[in-house]
Amino acid sequence: MLINRKEVEQIAVLAKLSVSEGEIDAIAASMDSVVEMINHINEADTNAVKPMANPMDAVQRLRADVVTEKSNKDKLLSLSSQVDEDYYLVPTVVE
Amino acid sequence: MSDIQWETVIGLEIHTQLKTKSKLFAGTDTTYGASPNSQVSLLEAAVPGTLPVFNEKVLRYAIRFGLAVGAKVIAKESRFDRKNYFYPDSPKGYQITQLNHPIVEHGLLAIQGDDGKQKKIRINRAHIEEDAGKSVHDKYAEFSGIDLNRCGTPLIEIVSEPDLSSAKEAVAYMKEIHTIVTHLGICDGNMQEGSFRCDANVSIRPKGQQKLGTRTELKNINSFRFVEKAINLEVKRQIKVIESGQKVVQETRLYDADKHETRSMRSKEEANDYRYFPDPDLLPVHIDQAYIDNEKQFIPEFPAAKIQRYVEDLGIKTDDANTIANGKELSLFFDDTVALLKQAKAISVANMLLGEYSALLKAKDTGFESQPIKASQLSGLLDELALGNISHKISKVVLEKLWNSDLTATTIIKQEGLAQVSDSSELEAIVKDLISKNQSQFQEYKEGNMKMFNFFVGQVMKGTKGRANPAQVKSILEKL
Amino acid sequence: MEFKGIKQTAKALANKDISVQELHDMYLQRQKKHAGDLNCFINDTSALAKNQIQVAQKRINDNQSSLLTGIPLVHKDLFCTQDIHTTCGSRMLENFVAPYDATIVKNLNNAGTVTMAKANMDEFAMGSSNENSYFGAVKNPWNHSRVPGGSSGGSAVAVAAGLVPIATGSDTGGSIRQPAALCGVTGIKPTYGRASRYGMVAFASSLDQAGVFARSAQDCAYVLSDMCEFDNKDSTSAQVEKEDFSVSLGQSIKGLKVGVIPEWMDSLPESIKLTTEKSIQKLVDLGAELIEINLPTAHLAVSAYYVIAPAECSSNLSRFDGIRYGHKCENPLDLNDLYVRSRTEGFGEEVKRRIMVGTWALSAGFYDAYYRKAQKIRRLISEDFANAFDKVDIIAGPVAPEVAFEFNAKKDPVSMYKEDIYTIPSSLAGLPCLSMPIGLVDDLPVGLQLIGNKLQEAKILNVAHQYQQDTTFHKLVAEGYHE
Repeated sequence: MLINRKEVEQIAVLAKLSVSEGEIDAIAASMDSVVEMINHINEADTNAVKPMANPMDAVQRLRADVVTEKSNKDKLLSLSSQVDEDYYLVPTVVE
Repeated sequence: MSDIQWETVIGLEIHTQLKTKSKLFAGTDTTYGASPNSQVSLLEAAVPGTLPVFNEKVLRYAIRFGLAVGAKVIAKESRFDRKNYFYPDSPKGYQITQLNHPIVEHGLLAIQGDDGKQKKIRINRAHIEEDAGKSVHDKYAEFSGIDLNRCGTPLIEIVSEPDLSSAKEAVAYMKEIHTIVTHLGICDGNMQEGSFRCDANVSIRPKGQQKLGTRTELKNINSFRFVEKAINLEVKRQIKVIESGQKVVQETRLYDADKHETRSMRSKEEANDYRYFPDPDLLPVHIDQAYIDNEKQFIPEFPAAKIQRYVEDLGIKTDDANTIANGKELSLFFDDTVALLKQAKAISVANMLLGEYSALLKAKDTGFESQPIKASQLSGLLDELALGNISHKISKVVLEKLWNSDLTATTIIKQEGLAQVSDSSELEAIVKDLISKNQSQFQEYKEGNMKMFNFFVGQVMKGTKGRANPAQVKSILEKL
Repeated sequence: MEFKGIKQTAKALANKDISVQELHDMYLQRQKKHAGDLNCFINDTSALAKNQIQVAQKRINDNQSSLLTGIPLVHKDLFCTQDIHTTCGSRMLENFVAPYDATIVKNLNNAGTVTMAKANMDEFAMGSSNENSYFGAVKNPWNHSRVPGGSSGGSAVAVAAGLVPIATGSDTGGSIRQPAALCGVTGIKPTYGRASRYGMVAFASSLDQAGVFARSAQDCAYVLSDMCEFDNKDSTSAQVEKEDFSVSLGQSIKGLKVGVIPEWMDSLPESIKLTTEKSIQKLVDLGAELIEINLPTAHLAVSAYYVIAPAECSSNLSRFDGIRYGHKCENPLDLNDLYVRSRTEGFGEEVKRRIMVGTWALSAGFYDAYYRKAQKIRRLISEDFANAFDKVDIIAGPVAPEVAFEFNAKKDPVSMYKEDIYTIPSSLAGLPCLSMPIGLVDDLPVGLQLIGNKLQEAKILNVAHQYQQDTTFHKLVAEGYHE
């Protein structure tokens, strides 16, 4: 096994997904088959290779510091199912 | 109680909000204090499909900071990474920051150490990142309100090496950084509004030990006073923990100013695997040397250098030099005025600004920034004084008349007839007239009563409304 | 019905042989007859269409029209369309009404197209069979028991069944080319950066590209030309002049050097291999010269892709947290419960699998061994292509290892992932590539993939056009869809 039950649980915590007790083995198995396929990347010698983050041979463009965006509070808040006139509402955040 | 001597090790991470018009990755207004969620574009609300584009001003400001702290590296290629974590004030589920290729590395900053000597604090890095939104807790019992206005506001996070040995040094360092970013004009420095805030990494170790102790991170401290208090509290707590045989746990702690305690923030600990990776929505930022060099023109002379110049070149007292150099507007005005002086000495500018001028500002209940007098007016006034054209006393009168006026000191002196009377025949006539009216007092003076000498000088000054040159009056009296 | 090309239709509209409304209604009739059965559409856009029809007709009447004015289309449902539902085929966005138009949608709106629907798709563009849609699988018009391919299955089917002349799609690892091949239509994914990604819901940012389905390479060229333009809202948008990809469509391909990869050809099932060879022979007949090339690292492309794409996806899909939009669970106990239940309920199985794999690949200690390593492989593959393009003008090869397969045939994720072995390498390199129909095997369409060097969309489109000038495979229509 490349991915065990405990790892599945840990990954789910990070990804904010729940995995029921009954699903863990199936998920571990399917992830396992994916990881097995992924592991082929180790066949290539990449010591002298620079990682390619993006296929664009370009550099970041810079934007002038001007206000161009209009804020549409009502429209944005209307997309959410739990708001008041000013705020998005979430269960109390404990700090 | 054990006899172990403890040594404190502190590193600071200072979050400096950059004073840009628009946000880091979108043209959204950054003005502070708008109503909740009214300065949120589609990008900051993380609406699907939106993409970031980098604000050039942020790049320039970060470079200026690097230049100001003599950074060895201002990256020729800088990159953005994603720091992944879930939190309601971070709508994308990740923060765009710089992990591996920060814009600025290896700076140095001098502070006054606890031993009174100059101490160099190493700045490990300064990187660009976006600020988060805010949670409001007191509005509802069962909810927190989320305001995304601050989301995406540009920050540079300035990370020091653990070179600070006390809360006092930490404050001195933080103040020095504050001075730099405000003098650069890249941050408004407003700690109340959160434009300048810090996290402190604090650990202790037995004196002499090389290995660092386990550190805790004190989050989001937004005043100099609180930094000092929070660190001192935390150091005390750590000593108590260790001396009671327990171990310091590496964790994030919150300083509660009301309760005067630091407490663990477990909620932030839960998911601390941030899964950093290069942000594929942004490309590498390329910066050439010419671009960096071009920013040099925006680096002003900082207070530390100013103080040295004031004291050594201009002969100003250290305390006064300190006061002037640390006021950004004040020091600019001082420099401008000194540059225009023809006769007077720089020290007279310092005395005037910190003396009569400050008193007048206070009396009129206004601040320095109101700029009621121009540098050319002040230098003119001090030149007149230095030339003996007016008395010190009259200079105060002229100063008041210059207030919010367009006239020069010379013009005012002429128009109002305030010039010192130094024509000896005119003065002699005045003195003789006084003697004739006060024969008995003159007699006493002749018999050696020096009180009467001062009486006559005073009378002359009164008679001329202060315009007489006291030294000249004395010499006339002495001759008679 | 005879499917006219865009140029002919535009002429008919300009000559008032047909009105925009009549053209629209003609397609609407076909949609009413077939769309429900095929399940290729998700959202109704009739209110928008009504308005666009009027605007388009006015432009035509005022002689202000362009080629695409009045032409009906559907957008894949991951392109944001203002005030219209944009679901990404997910329960997560079932009720999401986009507050803005994606740049490519805006560009096509400006050209005067009429949006008839949003097309069904694999959830968040993850899948190769369109079985991963929350709104149900899309059927292949050639055989209703077969998949249409994915993830842009709805778009491919809509064009294949003649329900619209053109459709937009997106391609991350083959999501335009593979369904185009399986449904017998022409589909192109341009160079990474050519089409703006602004407003396209992100799956894997460094790979996602918008593209087009049409019945011919010529129509693809027209649509792509209006769709692509530098966009300052997308940092990865290519800063190149706007190009008309149709201007070089008439060029002869005599002397064109076509690269063929023997390993790819040899790995194909015999029947598909024969069909593919025949189509390449046709290019030779038209004057092209064949040159054997190899891409030494391409066999690792699928492995590298399934690190990079899930890693980026795991981060891109973190914004779906139930707070500001999208599915929110009932009565969350606390903040964590809100996150976990909203996401667990809102995402389907394949999306969750990729989020999990991506989260794992980026987690502490694995970054260098997986994500960084995969990016290095990506560079090697990109260099393989660069070396190949020193010798050849374009590369021709298979799109998919098989024709459209049965529903539920691939329960193991890896067998589904391998559906994209021929499309993923060019995606990793960011190259323009298309799929065009080259005949039937077992009564199901087969496609040929043409891969061009960076920004050479015009070249591959012309090769496809030359092929289509001399063949009729692209005109084949599935039984039952002539009317």
